[in-house]
Amino acid sequence: MLRTAVIIVVLLLLAFVPSERPAKGVRIASKKDTGSVILGELATQTIRAAGAPAVHLQQLGGTRIVFDALHRGEIDAYPEFTGTLRQEIFAAAGLSSDDDVRKHLAELGTVMSRPLGFSNNYALAMRRDQAEKLHIQTISDLARHPNLRLRLSDEFLNRADGWPALRQRYHLPHEHVQGMDHDLAYRYLESRTIDVMDVYTTDAQLAQLDVRLLDDDLHFFPQYDAVFLWRADLASRYPKAESALRSLESQITQNDARELNALVQSGKATEAQAAAEFLRTRLHLDVNVEEPSTAAQIARRTREHLDLVRRSLIPAIFVAIPLGVLAAKRPRLGRLILGAAGVVQTIPALALLVLLIAPVAYFGLNTIGGGSVTAIVALFLYSLLPIVQNTVTGLATIPPELHESALALGLSPRFRLWHIELPLASPAILAGVKTAAVLNVGFATLGALVGANGYGQPILTGIRLNNTALILQGAIPAACLAILLQLAFELLERHALPAGLGPKSPSLEGRG
Amino acid sequence: MIELQNVTKRFAGFVVVDSLSIRFETGQTHVLIGPSGCGKSTLLRMIVGLVTPEAGAVLFDGEPVTPDSLVAIRRRIGYVIQEGGLFPHLTARENAGLMPRFLGWPEKQTAQRIDELTQLTQLTPAMLDRYPRQLSGGQRQRVSLMRALMLNPDALLLDEPMGNLDPMIRADLQADLRTIFRTLGKTVIFVTHDLAEAGYLADHITLMRHGRIVQQGTLHDLLERPANDFAAKFTRAQRGPQPIESE
Repeated sequence: MLRTAVIIVVLLLLAFVPSERPAKGVRIASKKDTGSVILGELATQTIRAAGAPAVHLQQLGGTRIVFDALHRGEIDAYPEFTGTLRQEIFAAAGLSSDDDVRKHLAELGTVMSRPLGFSNNYALAMRRDQAEKLHIQTISDLARHPNLRLRLSDEFLNRADGWPALRQRYHLPHEHVQGMDHDLAYRYLESRTIDVMDVYTTDAQLAQLDVRLLDDDLHFFPQYDAVFLWRADLASRYPKAESALRSLESQITQNDARELNALVQSGKATEAQAAAEFLRTRLHLDVNVEEPSTAAQIARRTREHLDLVRRSLIPAIFVAIPLGVLAAKRPRLGRLILGAAGVVQTIPALALLVLLIAPVAYFGLNTIGGGSVTAIVALFLYSLLPIVQNTVTGLATIPPELHESALALGLSPRFRLWHIELPLASPAILAGVKTAAVLNVGFATLGALVGANGYGQPILTGIRLNNTALILQGAIPAACLAILLQLAFELLERHALPAGLGPKSPSLEGRG
Repeated sequence: MIELQNVTKRFAGFVVVDSLSIRFETGQTHVLIGPSGCGKSTLLRMIVGLVTPEAGAVLFDGEPVTPDSLVAIRRRIGYVIQEGGLFPHLTARENAGLMPRFLGWPEKQTAQRIDELTQLTQLTPAMLDRYPRQLSGGQRQRVSLMRALMLNPDALLLDEPMGNLDPMIRADLQADLRTIFRTLGKTVIFVTHDLAEAGYLADHITLMRHGRIVQQGTLHDLLERPANDFAAKFTRAQRGPQPIESE
């Protein structure tokens, strides 16, 4: 009994002692596209160079996550595109000018910088030599050449405000326009297999290819100018930070953006290195970035990852076992509990994280960043099902004659549960915890979507940059951790389970 | 004294005990015998409250067995089942000492009682530190008997305790049980389908079939004056190798 109490106290301490201290200084966030991460680095390093502390929460899951975090004050600033603000954040308001956007943001206590100098628009591109030969400068000019071969990205081709609307606006006669993978389209354009494709104006490939971007003379495409957003209270808290962010206005040309993107996507530099190089050469700032060694990075991520696992798995054990007992004792309620735990498993990770942000924020807990409660709650919920289910199974498969023996002795229900039923079910329960732990290590990589770091961070970056080595830097330690946990649980099964149940106890010495 | 009055029980529409009345006198050894499915085990399970009769009453010392009185009555009854019902995660000693632990007996008292019962059941102290799966079938039944006798109950109910034992072990255990029953002088109700075992242990034998009593008496009565064709057939079958009709 004492031993059990000690174990419970130790586990609870382990679960609830936080190890990550909240980030200090100006908190810059960025979304998970390379352009945003580079801009986040530019902001962070510029603020540091101006003498204010700053941290960068990289590649968070989506616009809504970042914008809401800014509104709540969990972050102080992040790079955004004006088009995104109009089309996603203020879609219902139907804003047309940047001044309208600025006004709406001001009502939310948010400041928008002047444009940084480049935009990330949709555009149509042609090889320069062909465009010159055919005298094509604008999209309108395309109408005169119905035989050009157009290939568009699938997303653009199918969106109602994409190709169908563009075609109508410009009365384009082209037939048989097909979808094509974006990277592939670039290769086909270069090899003259196709003539016109859609591009993002910051695409790294544009820095290398000699193409002409056709003028959007009827202003069909919305303008996506890069800007910084920050909280209105930043000026009073870190006056240097605000002027630092302002100092980047109108400093980054379209070509700079493409070159920075190309530098990172080709793997020649990290976002931090690329940003530092830009700040040194163009703005003459004295910035330096030190990339920690791979070993140091893996060590840090391991600590972060274990943090997510312990803080979600241990509470899940304490909740799931009682739920399992309840489910076993009250079968009707049990179906409800198992059903609910099962439904949670079917919610995709990003959706679950987004759903959890509002309730987590309501309780004033940190939704994003290191030790993100959103990530921990999501992992906690994912861990419930295997433990609840195995507890129910473990209790349900106790042989009926043992149940009846316990009853016939005249033991109380409580004593039966603690001293007979739970010990008998303990191998199944422990197996459930083992399953939950191994799954948890895998799921915890998704914490990176809300900035909780861990092994998910290099995986996310690796996927974004199509960099297998980086993906493996997260995936291999995660797999090793899962295997280690599995081994640890097998040791526990061998030594901590009641001896009469364990796989090792010597069996009958001679029958009879 | 244990008494069942007009008890009836159906399982899935099938009548297992059919308006049956029976008395078990204090201090005597009663054997319930009959073919599989005759309701003999169900009667035992009614007495310890594992089965509730649909009609009729179960009285223990004149007091009706109800959900409220059940826990107190169970502690005055020792109950042993075929496979012993020992808890595999507890050693023999822990199994035997379970009720004292629950009731908060001083350790000394528990140890003393276990010593007494170890002698009575012909076990050795070394065996008590083994887990059930490390004991033989006969040893397990002896531990189970120890556990049943721990609180010095008024009645001892045994449901085919030797069903799975091989003949040699069975003979030893039968002899020891007979001695124990005689020594303790408790009300014993013993369920078996073996007539020789019944005759060896019982003061009174009750032959059952289809949830009803066919005949009550001594072994001699059953052999010499069978109440009907079935009783005659049942006793004859157990004397020789002739098969009885399947039930």
